Amino acid sequence: MDLSVRIGTLTLKNPLIAASGCVGYGVEYADVVDLASLGAIAVKGLFLAEREGHPPPRIVETPAGMLNAIGLQGIGVRRFIDEKLPELRARRATVIVNVCGTTLDEYAEVSRILSDAEGVAAIELNISCPNIKAGGIQFGCSLHGTHDVVKAVRTVTRLPIIPKLTPNVTDVASFARAAEEAGADAVSLVNTFLAMVIDVESRRPKLSNVVGGLSGPAIRPIAVRMVYECQQAVRIPIIGMGGIAEARDALEFLIAGASAVQVGTANFVDPFIWSTLLDGMVDYMQRHQIARIADLVGSIDTRAKDQEWISS
Amino acid sequence: MPVDVAAGVIENRALSSEYHVLALAAPGVAAAAAPGQFVMLKAAAGHDPLLRRPFSIFEVLRDRSGVTRGLTILSKRIGPATRALYGARLGDRVPCMGPLGRPFTIVDPPCEAWMIAGGVGLAPFATLAESLRARGVRTTLFYGARTGAELFYLDFFRALDVELILTTEDGSLGERGRVVAPLDRRLSGRSPDTPMMIYACGPEGMLAAAARLATRHGRPCQVSVERVMGCGLGGCYSCVVPMRGDDGGVHHVRSCLAGPVLAADQIVWV
Repeated sequence: MDLSVRIGTLTLKNPLIAASGCVGYGVEYADVVDLASLGAIAVKGLFLAEREGHPPPRIVETPAGMLNAIGLQGIGVRRFIDEKLPELRARRATVIVNVCGTTLDEYAEVSRILSDAEGVAAIELNISCPNIKAGGIQFGCSLHGTHDVVKAVRTVTRLPIIPKLTPNVTDVASFARAAEEAGADAVSLVNTFLAMVIDVESRRPKLSNVVGGLSGPAIRPIAVRMVYECQQAVRIPIIGMGGIAEARDALEFLIAGASAVQVGTANFVDPFIWSTLLDGMVDYMQRHQIARIADLVGSIDTRAKDQEWISS
Repeated sequence: MPVDVAAGVIENRALSSEYHVLALAAPGVAAAAAPGQFVMLKAAAGHDPLLRRPFSIFEVLRDRSGVTRGLTILSKRIGPATRALYGARLGDRVPCMGPLGRPFTIVDPPCEAWMIAGGVGLAPFATLAESLRARGVRTTLFYGARTGAELFYLDFFRALDVELILTTEDGSLGERGRVVAPLDRRLSGRSPDTPMMIYACGPEGMLAAAARLATRHGRPCQVSVERVMGCGLGGCYSCVVPMRGDDGGVHHVRSCLAGPVLAADQIVWV
């Protein structure tokens, strides 16, 4: 049974990727997960410099979901390379680095520095974090901005470039197309949905940042729809994410058109989830006699069928 | 290395209409635990509530031959997750991951130990008191609650020769007022030559006050903080505490990894 998938020039041993912002720098999870057993790990977003992020409270739960407004706290790209990357290499993790920037130059510079480092498999461009004021989502909410960031990074690296798209736009597929035209090797989606929770007793927002990004099972059907739309719009691979909590959720994204999936919030609930997900996918492949999981990608069947329940 | 077990509920004992002690069959977690460490519990199956909740390990349960049977948590019913745990029934399975976090640094004689607990903040002090007792450390518990009926496990601490100084906000048991008042007086009356460690756990205002008093009296103080925590493993960066670093700057430190026990004088109290 072949679980491997291809993301541009990158081959992953299976389609499961730990989502950026949800596993720290990966090393935090080395005691609970065999990092090499994952398809890849997308580490926490990195700018050039260190950042402290927003004051707490930074998360709040909602029905089947959670909002976060961490504010991209991070140690900066150089400290990541010095302090975290060696251990990730030693543990043979496939590392996708989530790259942030407030300017085009910063995206390019962080990407260039990472290209010179040993042990980086791909770059995920964070143009979709809803929780920072400058940069990021400003690029991701503009077709030109998306194009420009990808183009700027394309000129400085041969690593696969994967812009991570925001769902907070009218037509996400057009952003996938803009990324493809600018030379992206793949796109990942969705980042979180901009959201808000208010404590009615105090009339105060529950997050220090007032607004935050909604993730978790609550968003999954919207995320699947967006992956499906992008799959019809671009030829580059899609990495799907949004609320995956069990194997059938991951399979849903693959069938909708994702070549691989990322899991974030569910990893908070169960850091041991990866083997459960993989076992469930293998079981599915056996039941459906699928030899290569890649054959499942985009295999959705939307042909008209007798649907008696509609007419009756 | 933390483990995750679907721990069976051995006992769920209500202490009041809000507080209870939940005993879980998680012997592996309990055997590896040190005083001050915590577990992440999933209060109910499914997606509501979605995330686990952090709980200090209250007691380590052993059978007569000394074999570890499990652990307990001391919990107060506040939101959906703690409400579900309050209603947990014998035999229910509660996913329990741990032990997590950095434990208390335990002192040796002649150093004395003063434990300051507010409400549910009593939780980390049962196992700490046992460890201190095993080392022969003279130990005092300053323990405050809203009312006398919410001061729990007093006999447990008495049996460990812990001196009890109790306060209640309504004056129904012990001194009326907040627990930091007798702490302040006792600190003032104590010769600076007696080495002492202060351990504190409770509401944020109490921790800040205890930290201020410790600093004023030149005493070291370890606090166990409680923060909204998404994962317990350092993945989500939600449980941060602003702390003064060696570089003089203030940094957001993850209380799940660097804590929950932190040096009080490095925390920037708000």
